Formats: sequence, C-alpha cells, structure tokens
Amino acid sequence: MAQMNMVKALNTALDEALREDGDVVLMGQDIGRDEGVFRVTEGLLDTYGKNRVIDTPLAEGAIIGGAIGMALYGMKPVAEMQFSGFAFQAFHQVENHLSRFRNRTRGFFRLGMVMRMPYGGGIRAIEHHSESREAYYAHTPGLQMVIPSTPRNARALLRSAIRSPDPVIFFEPKAVYRAFREEVPDEPETMPIGKSQVVQEGSDVTLIAYGAMMRPTLAAAEKLAEDGVKAEVIDLLTVSPMDTETIAVSVQKTGRAVVIHEGPRTCGIGAEVVARIVETSLLYLEAPVKRVTGYDIQFPYFAREDVYLPDAGRIARAAHEVVKF
Amino acid sequence: MSRKNIRLKEKVERLVILDKTGKANEALDPKLDDELSLYLYKLMVQSRVLDERMINLQRTGKMGTYAPCRGQEATACGATPAMDKDDWIAPAYREVGSFIHRGWPMESLIFFWGGYEEGCVPAKGSNHLPFAVPIATQCLHAMGISWGMKVKGESDAVLCYIGDGGTSEGDFHEALNFAGVYKLPLVMFVVNNHWAISIPREMQTASPTIAQKAVAYGFDGIQVDGNDILGCYAAVNEAANKARSGGGPTLIEAVTYRMMFHTTADDPKKYRSEDEVKKWEKLDPITRYEKYLTTRGTLSRNVQEDVKAEAVKLVAEAVERYELHREVDPVECFDFTYEEMPPELAEQREDFIRVLDEAGVKRGPRGHYLLP
Ligand SMILES: Cc1ncc(C[n+]2csc(CCOP(=O)(O)OP(=O)(O)O)c2C)c(N)n1
Ligand SMILES: [Mg+2]
Repeated sequence: MAQMNMVKALNTALDEALREDGDVVLMGQDIGRDEGVFRVTEGLLDTYGKNRVIDTPLAEGAIIGGAIGMALYGMKPVAEMQFSGFAFQAFHQVENHLSRFRNRTRGFFRLGMVMRMPYGGGIRAIEHHSESREAYYAHTPGLQMVIPSTPRNARALLRSAIRSPDPVIFFEPKAVYRAFREEVPDEPETMPIGKSQVVQEGSDVTLIAYGAMMRPTLAAAEKLAEDGVKAEVIDLLTVSPMDTETIAVSVQKTGRAVVIHEGPRTCGIGAEVVARIVETSLLYLEAPVKRVTGYDIQFPYFAREDVYLPDAGRIARAAHEVVKF
Repeated sequence: MSRKNIRLKEKVERLVILDKTGKANEALDPKLDDELSLYLYKLMVQSRVLDERMINLQRTGKMGTYAPCRGQEATACGATPAMDKDDWIAPAYREVGSFIHRGWPMESLIFFWGGYEEGCVPAKGSNHLPFAVPIATQCLHAMGISWGMKVKGESDAVLCYIGDGGTSEGDFHEALNFAGVYKLPLVMFVVNNHWAISIPREMQTASPTIAQKAVAYGFDGIQVDGNDILGCYAAVNEAANKARSGGGPTLIEAVTYRMMFHTTADDPKKYRSEDEVKKWEKLDPITRYEKYLTTRGTLSRNVQEDVKAEAVKLVAEAVERYELHREVDPVECFDFTYEEMPPELAEQREDFIRVLDEAGVKRGPRGHYLLP
C-alpha cells in the first residue's frame, strides 16, 4: 500500500496499462517531455518512448479523430485533452463517430478508447479552464461518462476505462488532483463502470454527488451529523450509464434526497437523478428532492468562483430544508 | 501524356528591414516620421513594463496565472499600429501592445488576468476584440468580420493574431480557406515564437515555414523577422492596403521568441535549453529598435529615460486603479447571461443572495457584496 494523490494514482494506472498492453498508447498536448501540464504522465515518455507516449500538435479534433482511427485499427488509445474546456474542438468527432461506430456497424467496430480530461473549478484559472460539462457527454448515447473522486477510485476506474470495449469519457476533478492523499493498494484494482457507491450510510437523507463535489458533500454530511441528521452519501462515480438501483434503494430507505453538482442546473446530471428518483421511488418520498448545483450562468472568472461553487454550507442547508419539510 | 512542375502564382517572401545590429536596409526602410517612430518605441516600452509588472502581480498573489509577451513586443506593437482606425483587430492573449494601442486601459489586462470579466470589456470604438483563450477560435471570427466588411462593401480590413501552435487547429485553416475563396480583407498574423507550451515549432508542422501555407489557400505569404518592428509594421501595412483595395487576404508569419515561461504556471527548463534563450536575448526587439532610432537621431538618452519613466508611471497608475476597483459584486455574474433575465434564473439569483447573506458575506459601501 502506498499513500498517493490523484495525479500519482492516475499516473500509476497509465503506467500499468502501458506495461501490460502493447496496444495502449497515450496521446495529447504536452504529455511527453513536459509530462502533462498537471504532470499526470510523469516519467511515462522516458519509460515507454515516443511511440507510445505521443506529444501531438495543437489540434483536439485530430487527437480524438486520430484516436478513433487507432481504435478502429484495434489499438487502445488514451487521449488527453489538456482541459475539458478545449474538448469542444473535438466534439464533432465525439458526437458523429465516437458514440456511434458500434451501433453503425452493428458491433463490428468497437471503440475501446478513453478521452481523459481535467474538469471543474477551484484552481483560479482563466476562462475555459473551469467548466463542468459532463451533461453533454452523458446526454450522448454510446458513451460512458466516468468521474472519479479520490486517488484510489481514480486509479481503479481508469484501469477499467482502458479495458472497456466501449468509449469512456473520463473527467478528472482537477481541484482534487493534489488536494489529498489516500492509501492505494500495490496490486492493480478495477472498479465496475456503471456502478455507484454508498460511501457513508445514514437513514435521514440521501446526498448524491460525484467528482470534486464529493468533498464538500462529505463535509456537509459531517455538519449534518453534528445537528443530529444522519446522511447517507452516494458517489455516482459513473454518471452515465447511471446506476439507478443504488440511488433508488437509498432513497426508498431515507425518503429524502439532495443532488449536488458543479455544472449548471438546467438539464444537468441532477435533473436526470431526480427524474429517476421520481420514476422509481415517488411514493417513498417524504419531501421534494432538492438540487444544489452550479447556477445557470457561465462559470464566473475566478475572482467570483468561490461564491459560485457549491460548498458544504449550501449542501447542508438544502439537506436541512429537505429533512424539515 | 506529360509530367511537369505546376507553376504557382502565389509568392512567399522573407522580409527583414532592421538587422540584428539595428541597421536598416535603406531601400526597405518605411521611413516613418519621427512622431510615429517614437510612438512605436513608447508602445514597446509600455508593453514591456506592463508585462513585467503583471508577472510581479502574479508572484505576489494579486493576479492569477499570466502569459507574458517579453521578447515578442515588436509583433503586436508593430502590427496593430499598421492598421487604420476603422480596421478591426482580433487578438489571441499575448498582444499587450495591441490592446494599449487601441485604447484599452492598461488595467483591463490586469483585470482579465486577475480573474474579472471586466477585463474583457472593449474600450469604446476600439474595434478590438477581447482575449481569445481557446486556441485559434478567433481566426474564424476575424474571417467573419472581414466577410461582413466585404458583404457591406466597406473598404476596411481585419488583423488577426494567432500563435505557431494555433496554426495546427482546424479553425486556422478554415479561416484561411474562406478568406481565400471570398477574397476577404483579412490579414492573418502568425506570431511564431517557436513554442506552444512545450511543443517546438518543428513539431507543429512539417512545413519549413508557416508563411508558405498561404499558397495552398490561393494567396501570398510573407515571413518577417518578428523582432524587427519596422518589418512587422511594413508587412502588415502593405497587406492591409492590399486587403482594403480588394486584393484579398495575406498570411504573415512573424518569427520571434517566447523569452519567458509559457505562463507563470509553466517550467520551461523541462523542455528547452538555456542556450537557446540566451541566443534570443541578444536579438531583443526593443534594444534593436533603440539602436536604429539613435542612429537616426530620433532617440536620445534623455528621451529614452523619459519614455521609460512615463511607462512606469502609467503602469503604476493602472495597478492603482486595479486595486481600487477590485471590489466587484459577485451577484453581477447573473446579470449578463441574457438581455432579459428568465424567471427561473432570477430565482437562482435570489437564492444566491440568500446564500451570501446566510454565510455572512460582508457588504461594501455601495451595498455590494465583498468577495472573500
Ligand atoms: C483549443 C485549445 N487547446 C489547448 C489549449 C491550451 N493551451 C493554451 S496556450 C497553448 C499553446 C499555444 O501555443 P501558440 O499558439 O504557439 O501560442 P503561444 O502560447 O506561444 O503564444 C495551449 C496548448 C487552449 N488554450 N485551447
Ligand atoms: Mg507559440
């Protein structure tokens, strides 16, 4: 067991994948000599050479379109977008092809590739470096949208993502990259894609979050405990396909729920969670479900970002309202 | 049946007016009058002083990550002044001198890099777009503005800045292609500073020059020494005149060097040699132009000192205004999403205010909330 932060954990998963499978290649801007702007690919160029860890010219469309080509050819590309805000230059490839090749060819072509990218706010970066646009990908059939929240699950989920026969959009919460360390086992681990986790049990209210919002959500759960409210906390881990059952079982037990995410509220992941709660568990509900999310505005430039991001206070307040309803 | 070379009418040239020692080629010297010559000098000095100050503001925690332009001053300070007042400018993010020339208050740049949308509000009548962070996206906007000029029958032109890295993006090529097809009044100005973060120019394109890409789109390309402000000025001036008189677009490649880190968050030691940087230090565009102006008799030691002192003063005043107006109301982040606020968003805004109140966020004298 070793203590590591999320950057090191992701680096470990990439290292394992490159070592175990000759078809795995990494590609992206500044991932080689510079070892990635967040250093996620540290040491990998030296170990695996520039045929496997590929610095590319500055063109997201070519990176993703090219990765699709490699995947068609039977390889397993793991492409890095420097920031999720720049993945839109590749969105035509994602929507037109990445999500469709399997269906189009009736399963003949399977695009087992991963599109990794840091997402989310909280690091005082300029515009286009702070968005949370997971909903675009979750809305697109054929994609798997995965968002880890801790070093250990990041390493395990990335391993699963690289092994998956279907494309994975892998959002890395950049605010968590170096925020804390966690014990990560020496042996490679996987975690099932499409499964959520109950990370804290409770009986009064279910808090549902993922990615960078897990930290304020767990902090809110602690605050609630001080006030005698026992919160159950679910980490979605995979945003799409969504694990309805884990959510339904919990909400049917607690009768109350709050959904938390950073991205804008309208048509966000929270809307989908609430719809599923209504579809599966309406008659168990003791109160309307609440959402604590980013507002329906563009992510503010960083001078104003702290007041924009959902925090433990907002989450706890919403939970109290739901409990007192 | 035959096989022979295809002759192309488009040409690709290289232009240098000031050599490394600051000596001008007599025949090519645009012989700008003293006032304009000195103005270009002032602009470069102001750009440098502001640039240095912004690095310092970042280091002392008063600003965020910053992408400096040291060593590249001759590009923006030569190119933008070569355009007419009614022409439009589309920058990337390193064109400090361009913003200053078009009348943006210096503090706008500090506000932008300090994390405030307020830094993107254009100076009135400046015909100058704000910073474009997603690489190369501005190329299509510049093309579109020039398209509009053509459609409306105006004889104006557009200057677009883009980096060497940016020339790999599809948007750059699509902009050039449309500009060629519609013969648009567009001057595409590539600031080839040799690096795109850690990726060297040779890894962006296999073409020996960026200028030659123009040929494929059906117009002329020209490579200029990007540390030669007269070269930059003359090339843009000529391209703009051609554009305004219906001659279509030009691609200009200005060869310069990024003397500093990519941004304050970057460590260039990881990917480039100190020797390379030292080599370029000797080619500094300001020193070179100083030599030229001095030989010409336009610049004395005294004037040089005055220019520096004025730049320092202007920058200090801008920083002061920045410090003074940093207290912006966070609630405003709701107010510019739509012309009319939808009811649901108005409710979110109310909720936001409630959160601020409950969190005990203090209010300033104008009744606005104070950021932490
Ligand atoms: C579409 C897009 N992809 C990636 C980035 C991240 N990024 C910011 S600057 C940069 C390098 C740009 O190089 P160049 O075009 O040469 O301009 P320079 O920074 O040298 O002025 C990269 C990759 C971005 N801003 N936009
Ligand atoms: Mg560059």
